[in-house]
Amino acid sequence: MRLLPAGEAAILVELPAAADVLPLAAGLQQQRPAAVTDLVPAERTVLVGFDPAVVSADQIARWIRGTPALARAETASGAVELEVRYDGDDLPGVAEQLGMSVEDVILAHTEVTWTVAFSGFVPGFAYLRPPDDRLFVTRRDSPRARVPAGSVALAAGYAGVYPRASPGGWQLIGRTDATLWDPSRWDEGHSPALLQPGMPVRFTAVS
Amino acid sequence: MTGLRVLTAGPLTTVQDHGRPGWAHVGVTRSGAADRSAFRLANRLVANEEAAPALEITLGGVTLQADGGPLLVAVTGAPCPISVGGRAQAHRALFSLEPGDVLHLARAPTGLRAYLAVRGGLDVPAQLGSSATDVLSGLGPAPLKDGDVLQVRSGATSFARGWPVTDVAPGRWDAGLKDVVTLTAIPGPRERALSHTGAAGLTDQVWQVSQNSDRVGVRLCGAAVALAPGSGELRSEPVVRGAVQVPPGGEPVLFMADHPVTGGYPVVAVLTQESADLAAQLRPGDHVRIQLGVRPGWADL
Repeated sequence: MRLLPAGEAAILVELPAAADVLPLAAGLQQQRPAAVTDLVPAERTVLVGFDPAVVSADQIARWIRGTPALARAETASGAVELEVRYDGDDLPGVAEQLGMSVEDVILAHTEVTWTVAFSGFVPGFAYLRPPDDRLFVTRRDSPRARVPAGSVALAAGYAGVYPRASPGGWQLIGRTDATLWDPSRWDEGHSPALLQPGMPVRFTAVS
Repeated sequence: MTGLRVLTAGPLTTVQDHGRPGWAHVGVTRSGAADRSAFRLANRLVANEEAAPALEITLGGVTLQADGGPLLVAVTGAPCPISVGGRAQAHRALFSLEPGDVLHLARAPTGLRAYLAVRGGLDVPAQLGSSATDVLSGLGPAPLKDGDVLQVRSGATSFARGWPVTDVAPGRWDAGLKDVVTLTAIPGPRERALSHTGAAGLTDQVWQVSQNSDRVGVRLCGAAVALAPGSGELRSEPVVRGAVQVPPGGEPVLFMADHPVTGGYPVVAVLTQESADLAAQLRPGDHVRIQLGVRPGWADL
């Protein structure tokens, strides 16, 4: 683990492997002091934001190094289930890239439990990591100017769902009607994002 | 009902407060006032909580009318000439608006963003705990348009109990805005992405602020900064306000209030909080130099 300076109010923690990110983030979250304003996991890093009026970078660095990571149990129970119509424009191309039939691609997508690795890009967009790399495909050569809201997509080993229409370069394999992002949910005591780092997710095919 | 009627909204006027920190893990950037120190000062002058919603006015050209009142107001940040019913008012000072008074903020001669605070704070619905307009995600209220009416939180508009106690904040607001503005940065997480000549290229030259600058980022134009081989693109990682990011073209971007939560190009330095506030006052065409300071409070890890 390397600690890198990221301004007066943050430290970027770089980890040896992607699999180390969520355990560290979970461990830090569990022992999180009030002076830590942000814990942001990403692909190989975790950003720790803090209030420099209350703590120093050195204190936060010592806290990070002294906090044990939490081993995470893989579990399918409690997984968020997303119903998907597998009719994406890129589905045939993905099948061809992988040397599989379209049916096998859908099976590979639905039979495993995905984990939310991190979020970014737009509010509520989560990068989902699978337990194996059977569905590793490249991004599209040219991104689309507009990807419809609810689009389910694959790229570079991740699956993602677009919370709203936006430009996008991922391979579209289907659509879901689930609401990925709703700020008013917070007023009702729930997270505005349906998918948050660490959550297990499963996809089911519907017609 | 007390409020401000928007007669002329200006090029970009938004409601801002201290933003919505703590949501980056679901892709929401903090947003909030771009020049935090000017925003806080405006609220302090009217004896509001520092985080109370206020107006961020870009360049000027805004006309507001007091609906009810009196309203106690202060304007900080870029020195827009202020007039109420044709009478000039001072910058960084308290003045009041009687019901029906028309307040005009003309175009500022220097600087980019002025902050207008009203005693009591603006009463604007919040999303995720903040009334700030985030131009990147679309959270928060839409920018002001002609005809809008802004409510002011009632009950605090009077001079009861002797508040506020100060009526002017002395000092030159534009001390930082010289012919060439110096921004101070400290080494960033990917400082090693700079090649040897790249580090010099970042700090030796005078950059010019691009037209393509906004609340998301300030783009700098100049000679491309050289990156070390293989450093140009990396895995997406979280980025912070004030980040100095060097994309493949070699011209840095300074991340501002509505910056994206993650980025795939190296952040070679990060502006100090003070310099990030200063960067929020840069106009297209302004000249900028970046100087690298020492990391404060860091042991070598």
